[in-house]
Amino acid sequence: MEKHLITLKVNGELHTLAVPVFKTLLEVLREDLNLTGTKHGCELGECGACTVLVDGEPVLSCLVLPIELQGREILTIEGLMERGRPHPLQQAFAEMGAAQCGYCTPGVVLSAKALLDRNPTPTRQEIAEALSGNLCRCTGYIQILEAVERAAAQLRDVRSAATDGR
Amino acid sequence: MRDLNVIGKPWPKVDALSKCTGETRYADDLHLPRMLYAKILRSPHAHARIRRIDVSRARAVPGVHAVLTGRDLPTRFGILPVSQDEEALCVEKVRFVGDPVAAVAAVDEWTAEEALRLIEVEYEPLPALLTMEQALAESSVRIHEYGDGPNMHKLVSLEFGDVAEGFAQADYVREDIFFYAGSTHLPLEQHAAVAHYGPDGRLTLWSSTQTPHYVHRALAKVLGLPPHRIRVIATPVGGGFGGKSDPFSHEIVVAKLAMLTGRPVKITLTREEVFYVHRGRHPVLMWIKTGVRRDGTITAMHVRSFLDGGAYGSYGVATTYYTGALQTVTYKIPRYKFEGVRVFTNKPPCGPKRGHGTPQPRFALEVHLDKIAEDLGLDPVEMRRRQIVEAPSLTVNWLRISSCGLRACIDRVVEASGFREKFRRLPFGRGVGFACSAYLSGAGLPIYWNDMPHSGVQIKIDREGGVTVFCGSADIGQGSDSILAYIVAEILGILPEDVRVVTADTDLTPVDLGSYSSRVTVMAGNAAVEAAERLRHLLFRAAAERLDVPEDQLLARGRRIFDRADPDRGLDFAEAAQLAEARFGTLGAVGSYTPPKPLGRYKGAGVGPSPSYSYSACVAQVSVDPETGFVRVEKIWIAHDIGRAINPRLVEGQIHGSVYMGLGEALMEEQTFRSRLGVHTAPSMLDYKSPTTWEMPEVECFLIETDDPHGPFGAKEAGQGPLLPIPPAIANAVYDAVGVRIDELPITPEKVLKGLEDKARGGSGRIGPTSIPSLAWPEPIRVEPPPEWRSLGDLT
Repeated sequence: MEKHLITLKVNGELHTLAVPVFKTLLEVLREDLNLTGTKHGCELGECGACTVLVDGEPVLSCLVLPIELQGREILTIEGLMERGRPHPLQQAFAEMGAAQCGYCTPGVVLSAKALLDRNPTPTRQEIAEALSGNLCRCTGYIQILEAVERAAAQLRDVRSAATDGR
Repeated sequence: MRDLNVIGKPWPKVDALSKCTGETRYADDLHLPRMLYAKILRSPHAHARIRRIDVSRARAVPGVHAVLTGRDLPTRFGILPVSQDEEALCVEKVRFVGDPVAAVAAVDEWTAEEALRLIEVEYEPLPALLTMEQALAESSVRIHEYGDGPNMHKLVSLEFGDVAEGFAQADYVREDIFFYAGSTHLPLEQHAAVAHYGPDGRLTLWSSTQTPHYVHRALAKVLGLPPHRIRVIATPVGGGFGGKSDPFSHEIVVAKLAMLTGRPVKITLTREEVFYVHRGRHPVLMWIKTGVRRDGTITAMHVRSFLDGGAYGSYGVATTYYTGALQTVTYKIPRYKFEGVRVFTNKPPCGPKRGHGTPQPRFALEVHLDKIAEDLGLDPVEMRRRQIVEAPSLTVNWLRISSCGLRACIDRVVEASGFREKFRRLPFGRGVGFACSAYLSGAGLPIYWNDMPHSGVQIKIDREGGVTVFCGSADIGQGSDSILAYIVAEILGILPEDVRVVTADTDLTPVDLGSYSSRVTVMAGNAAVEAAERLRHLLFRAAAERLDVPEDQLLARGRRIFDRADPDRGLDFAEAAQLAEARFGTLGAVGSYTPPKPLGRYKGAGVGPSPSYSYSACVAQVSVDPETGFVRVEKIWIAHDIGRAINPRLVEGQIHGSVYMGLGEALMEEQTFRSRLGVHTAPSMLDYKSPTTWEMPEVECFLIETDDPHGPFGAKEAGQGPLLPIPPAIANAVYDAVGVRIDELPITPEKVLKGLEDKARGGSGRIGPTSIPSLAWPEPIRVEPPPEWRSLGDLT
């Protein structure tokens, strides 16, 4: 099987890997980089479980090839924590019961992060729209929406505190 | 109410942060050195004899380490002792498209797939029986050789009291026919398992399973290994809903492949395979006849159910009984008859899905009652409310009701939703519907007959006061690990974060039967209460001696043990643990739980009894577009009698999830097959429609606490019961909105439009089945009701 040498930037770190060109980003993240926090539910782009961020935009990692993503910034759920401290979204999801079985959670959290990065004050409708491509079979989505709202509020507080301090 | 510190508060789950940060390791996340990958070849035929299998070309592929066929694993297995009808790989016959036939272990998945393509199987196709009607009519073609008749897996007939006497007392008798489509669990996580066989002859299987104990038993049976050489570890389950409750072919296959190759072997099913492995909601055709007095009081009920079981037994005997068992636990039904049949068909096997055999008859019953109320000009809420079961009481089929908060549930949702102001009064296209339900908090009997406890818990304390709880229960996302932590923390006076939970590992943890039948909070919870109380007793004895305070005057709270009369007089929890260890030796305690013995003394009495029943009442508000037939659920009001909410946030999460899944079944989810071929029409997450954030309505939850005498801290179940009232409430609301009765789930836009067209042409607007197969039902087992039901005198 012919392999190609590629360089991927994942969670701020550069990795040089030899992979077959047809191997998806999902497979490379999980199997070559051991970043198993990215999940798979269908491998056909239907469920949203494998969502990661590429240059801040949600991307279904099961549908993209790493060879096309060289030089881009890839963020997985493992990269969201800072020095072992959970991101406010992760904290809010934990506190609000938004992760039941937890299998869709990494993808949902990353979709939510992309939303909050471009819209810090989303309405519930806007959150629902942003997460409409992420299937969850446990929660009925309600505690997920509540968690995103809570995280948005916290991130706003952090931002305004930072502004006030200046 | 008791003064509680931990119970009743919305703590985060003990595993919440690891799930939100990607730390949690699910089965497919495991990687062992030298690991091989397995793939299973599945039947392309719905029904066929296997004439010949040639695996020589597959074996010759470089990188292939082993190939298995049915002859390597001939011992049959199955979840129920009475239905041991599955083979890990089919030996002589395949019974559905997707039945496993051969397996390969190779260095990677591509090589394994390539090898599968080189396996030659010669099939002799047999007539495929794809509908219940076909299977019942074709007695010359048999899917299985066992059962209660040709292609009848189970045939039951039970009569409690004389139903004819009950119907004779009725002023009005109504019959209806309903159909509830089959649906699948669709867990986000595909089934996966990893097996390791060590040089010491010990086998370890990590699997995404709700029932590690039953997988343990099945592995021992099929592999012929002594159970003590097998260890089953249930990894965190990425969605179960009943779909990971059977022992599965792929679990046995990877174990055997690991034994043959001496290398770890992993298998992860594809999404398409998950659809075929199935074990989902049985499609059920139901006939229901009820006699009532002029005021709506039920005098007798007769229910018939036809379950399309698919190709194997699975839990089907229990499912069959469940379609008849729980009608009696909501309203007083003085005379009751149930006839049910589960039919084998050449389709993926059905099994338990959230609500297990009860959402179908609940849909039938609650829509049927709605029609009766309308026929008699009665208020559908009041008609039900007037005849709610008493607590404590026995039902006519000998089920023991220990607590019932249904009246309070009804009052809360009716008031909050403004149901009385809206019912039959909203403009055309909008409507409200009402329904109630009940569900069990754990099955009263184990799956295989034995007198041992259903759940066991072990607790140890280390010298710094850290507490570890061991229990065989499997957390499938509902939070059962957290419930153990909350209960133990409450009793020992510490915080949930002080408790480490080790679960679902057959080498390390005492047996718990598994995460099914809504049993874990009540059963593992009660076992945890017993173990924690025993341990607290040791701590109190040691502390009492040191503090010179009577034991019964001590309190454990805030990580301290102290004199309740003089709180300053006390010890740190860790100090108390050290004193107790010095005094009594290594600290530990066990607890266990066995539910009350079922009271019924008839064949079939084992299905239905439970330590307690949860109750729900629901109002659904919908809008229906008469142009498109599209139903939008605007809002759900639901009240649930939880007994006691150990963690209200988790209870609400279970209710939301139940509402969601009920919504899917009511409006869109359906497992359908191509006629003649038995090929799934929608084996993908795109084609199989499930609700997204767009379809999910606002949900207003009310928790009703009734402090059940059998529950830990009074708790009852929450995981399944709240699904039950959703489909009938929506169906009743659709009728209220546009005047058409869709007596067949799911309520698709096509059916609504058909109903509206029928109505416009002067028809009734009813869409649904109009007949049931004629069947020679056996003479019923006649069961004498409990004494309080023997006379019908008070009805007259």
